[in-house]
Amino acid sequence: MNAIQRGYSTGRKMLLNILRRLKASFMDLLPIILVVAFFQAVVLRQPLPQVGEVIFGAFLVVVGLMLFVQGLEMGLFPIGENLASALTHKGSLFWLLVFSFFLGFATTVAEPALIAVVDEAARVASNEGLIAEGEKAQRNYAIGMRMVVALAVGASIVLGVIRILKGWPIYWFIMGGYGTVALFSFFAPREIIGLAYDLGGVTTSTITIPLVTALGVGLAGSIKGRNPLKEGFGLIALASLVPIVFVMIYGMILF
Amino acid sequence: MNGMLSIVLSTLLDIVPILVLVLFFQFVVLRKPIPQARRVFLGSVYVLLGLALFLVGLEKALFPLGRMMASQLSEAEFLGVADLSEAQWHDYYWVYIFAAAIGYATTIAEPSLIAVGIKAEAVSGGSLKNKELRVFVAFGVAIALVVGVFRIITGTYLEYYMLGSYLLAFALTLYSSKDLVALAGDSGGVTTSTVTVPIVTALGLGLTSSIPGRDAALDGFGLLALADPLPMTAVLLYGLYRKWITRTAKTPSQ
Repeated sequence: MNAIQRGYSTGRKMLLNILRRLKASFMDLLPIILVVAFFQAVVLRQPLPQVGEVIFGAFLVVVGLMLFVQGLEMGLFPIGENLASALTHKGSLFWLLVFSFFLGFATTVAEPALIAVVDEAARVASNEGLIAEGEKAQRNYAIGMRMVVALAVGASIVLGVIRILKGWPIYWFIMGGYGTVALFSFFAPREIIGLAYDLGGVTTSTITIPLVTALGVGLAGSIKGRNPLKEGFGLIALASLVPIVFVMIYGMILF
Repeated sequence: MNGMLSIVLSTLLDIVPILVLVLFFQFVVLRKPIPQARRVFLGSVYVLLGLALFLVGLEKALFPLGRMMASQLSEAEFLGVADLSEAQWHDYYWVYIFAAAIGYATTIAEPSLIAVGIKAEAVSGGSLKNKELRVFVAFGVAIALVVGVFRIITGTYLEYYMLGSYLLAFALTLYSSKDLVALAGDSGGVTTSTVTVPIVTALGLGLTSSIPGRDAALDGFGLLALADPLPMTAVLLYGLYRKWITRTAKTPSQ
């Protein structure tokens, strides 16, 4: 095989690879397209407004998803795993925990989804007379809530990393945690409960999740006797559970 | 155009704290170069660019339609009643079907769940499948949304539904193999992310604003609350299903 043929064959392989990935992303998006099309055409019986815009948007979604998945395996997963194994081999528990805390705290405190929900909640709380009226009280409430959630996420990643190191079973935490949440649901002010659940969901962004997953799996993989499937996962579970408890406690103290 | 720019900007802002943290640890604490730095850098650019395109596309194509449908489906005119206070809970059947379908569809396209699924398939040595895992999780979210919509329409207490679904998840946790509990918990946590939240929030707000006697502060929040325990239950069920599959595969059929 000469150089030109080889070049041609690699080019073809790359193209086929890209097409395969594009198709996979398209298949992931297909259910949404079908649902929207069905409801628009059969149930609501309305023509699709701005067809061109919609098709262009869908195209962006498919290409974006393909790039995201490709980038996960090239970038975010290796970063998380390398840091996890380097920090365990360095043997410094302190730095590992500092890293874990900030991975949770720093990525949450500025999270746009969190800011949006918290601002909305501050407005609602002020209207209902739960906090003093005025912009200053609303701002303080919103910032306080954001800090509580970010601290909670930082604390939960630290807790989760210690769990992986010690090999404690996750179901203690999940059952204990949700048991506490269920119990608190009957004591916490009603206005805070729904908000607490929602804040648990918005805390971890799409970029944080792959990193946190890689950190957990990497940690479990670099410690002898830990099973990455059994012990490597669970960091995100804690990161969506602990904030609920923290926000409920914050609500009980505040109101 | 303005909306697109702000999406790209907020994705960039999202990555700044992570970038600072990773670089600080790599160069100040560990004092080591990043292995395969060029590839990792390129991958990170892909992630950023991909996520930004993904969000811009959703905002352009799907979110406006999804939001519009969510509010149209709960209007009196569509339900065929003169006044919404006359509507019974079962008159809203298209809303339930929409909730289930959109819950399933958005979960399948959820990038964070794809990330968890890829890792799960990799570390289980292929005994768990990324696709299958996501289908189970998506069914869990679909059921969660139907129950959540039913709760808003009937105006019943969220606490009882939460308690019920966590008892279900706990019972299955005790019964099933403990290997999958951590993965199940993670899958519950990632379901409510980029794609699902905007459409589902619109559905909740549409319902609370059109049904008389509902309060957005009390009823609007928490539609996603069940989207944690029920997908978790679904993943535990998936574990039982895989176990059953491997067992039947091992026993030669007569």
